Amino acid sequence: MIYAQILAGGKGTRMGNVKMPKQFLSLADKPILIHTVEKFVLENRFDAILVVCPSDWVSHTQTLIDRYIADERVKVVVGGSERNETLMKGIEYIQDNFGLNDDDIVVTHDAVRPFITERIISDNIEAALKNKAVDTVIPAIDTIVQGENEEVEDIPVRDKMYQGQTPQSFNIKALMSAYNQLTEDQKAILSDSAKICLLAGEKVKMVRGESFNFKITTPYDLKMANALVEIGE
Amino acid sequence: MLNQVYRLVSPRQIETQTVNENLGTDDIIVRPTYLSVCHADQRYFTGQRPPQVLSKKLPMALIHEAIGTVVRDPQGIFKVGDTVAMIPDTPFEKDPIIRENYLPTTKFRSSGYDGFMQEYVYLRRDRAVKVPDDFNLEMSAFLEMVSVGVRALMQLKETMDADDQSLGIWGDGNLGYITAVLAKSIFPDTKLYIFGRHQEKLAYFSFADETYVVDSIPDDLTISQAIECTGGAGSAIAIDQIINHIKPMGTAILMGVTEEPVDINTRDVLAKGLILQGTSRSGREDFEKAIEILSASPEAQSYLQNLIGITKTVTTIPEIIDFFDMDLANSWGKAVMHWKV
Repeated sequence: MIYAQILAGGKGTRMGNVKMPKQFLSLADKPILIHTVEKFVLENRFDAILVVCPSDWVSHTQTLIDRYIADERVKVVVGGSERNETLMKGIEYIQDNFGLNDDDIVVTHDAVRPFITERIISDNIEAALKNKAVDTVIPAIDTIVQGENEEVEDIPVRDKMYQGQTPQSFNIKALMSAYNQLTEDQKAILSDSAKICLLAGEKVKMVRGESFNFKITTPYDLKMANALVEIGE
Repeated sequence: MLNQVYRLVSPRQIETQTVNENLGTDDIIVRPTYLSVCHADQRYFTGQRPPQVLSKKLPMALIHEAIGTVVRDPQGIFKVGDTVAMIPDTPFEKDPIIRENYLPTTKFRSSGYDGFMQEYVYLRRDRAVKVPDDFNLEMSAFLEMVSVGVRALMQLKETMDADDQSLGIWGDGNLGYITAVLAKSIFPDTKLYIFGRHQEKLAYFSFADETYVVDSIPDDLTISQAIECTGGAGSAIAIDQIINHIKPMGTAILMGVTEEPVDINTRDVLAKGLILQGTSRSGREDFEKAIEILSASPEAQSYLQNLIGITKTVTTIPEIIDFFDMDLANSWGKAVMHWKV
């Protein structure tokens, strides 16, 4: 089975004073989350598409899904307190409602990356069917500088540097096994799901993203996203 | 939905634009799969259209010959996964006399309106025609051009006099080849003569009764009806030769596009009582007829498959640009992109 999991657990703390989590803010007259889900429902290979959101926002999310998305595969699921817990809540839902097979995969994606394309989703599915873990990346344009305490520690070779995006896609059983090997401290600080698999010694396949597949995190991002969209006839 | 549209913004420069699309009640959503390049696309891509035309029509997504897979039909008439040919013209009125492809209000994709170089195409359902499951997909990519050939031959059939002894087709390129293959199905008992500039291209027309290089046509050769498929600088010579060799009261169908006006020997057109009739583009019924003809003739399908020139999977904008360049350097056949952008 092939699943999608849209991670809509964010609380919008980086968006400034807005009270509503950023995935629910409006882009081209629709909530950002809805644009993202709309792209996933066009992929016929998904057996279920989970939208994992904070418990306080479940009703709001369900209302939006009912209003905009007519697809029975979409399920609203309560997430956890941080990213990896939210991810694993989705996996638990799959396990409880559909059971788990060895070759089941999940394509996980940030709700606030609505510019995802068919090609990226399709490449993730194909790569995840052949590899245990898949990360979507674009080559770094700026030089990456590593530092601490206002001092540069290292400037890695740019040709080997990439910026991580989502989707990140996994063989579900391999992801669960890797997650269970983490210490509680690691679970709390890991901000990247592909790293769960890396720490467990799994190879992570890279899939090409797009520069416009950016994450809408700040008011500046939202302004830029709105400026990018042309209204169709 | 936020859709990516890949537009030509200036010659050889393609950029992606996000367009917020809304699904109308009559629309379906199609994921393009195989896209075929036309000379008209190349005239935009290389900047051969006059500057005032380019500035008016660009930015614009190119390609008006394409098939795709249905991913959403709110009415459930098309099945998800169906392969459809996409009709590039979108009429907005019905006229009892004027066909949809000639109505001035009809919008034509890749000529003023976005063509099929898109992530998804929001298509009015009457602009999709199901492609039979056993059709070759690369050949099906240029079904639009086949439908244009069908339109020309149907117009010839409606207009010409009773003399169907012979048909001469001027032009040994893609359009000439397609029209000639169709002519064998639509006029099976008519002698088919092909007139072209390139002996090596004429060799592909093995199904024709005779082929002639245009600088050595026998003076006494006569033809009943004619179709001109040259376009460009070759049009003037081709039209002149047709006027010389066609029998009185014959019909000549003109299909080739020229940027410059062409001189026509009207003295002989008048003296012979000839009919010159233009055709351009096609409509839904021509797509349906094209599929009907090909379904009934595996032979015609196999001849059209010989026209698949270059094929390549494209996944990025630089690969699209390379593909258009490859097509420019290619001497025979249609260039078909397997669209994975």
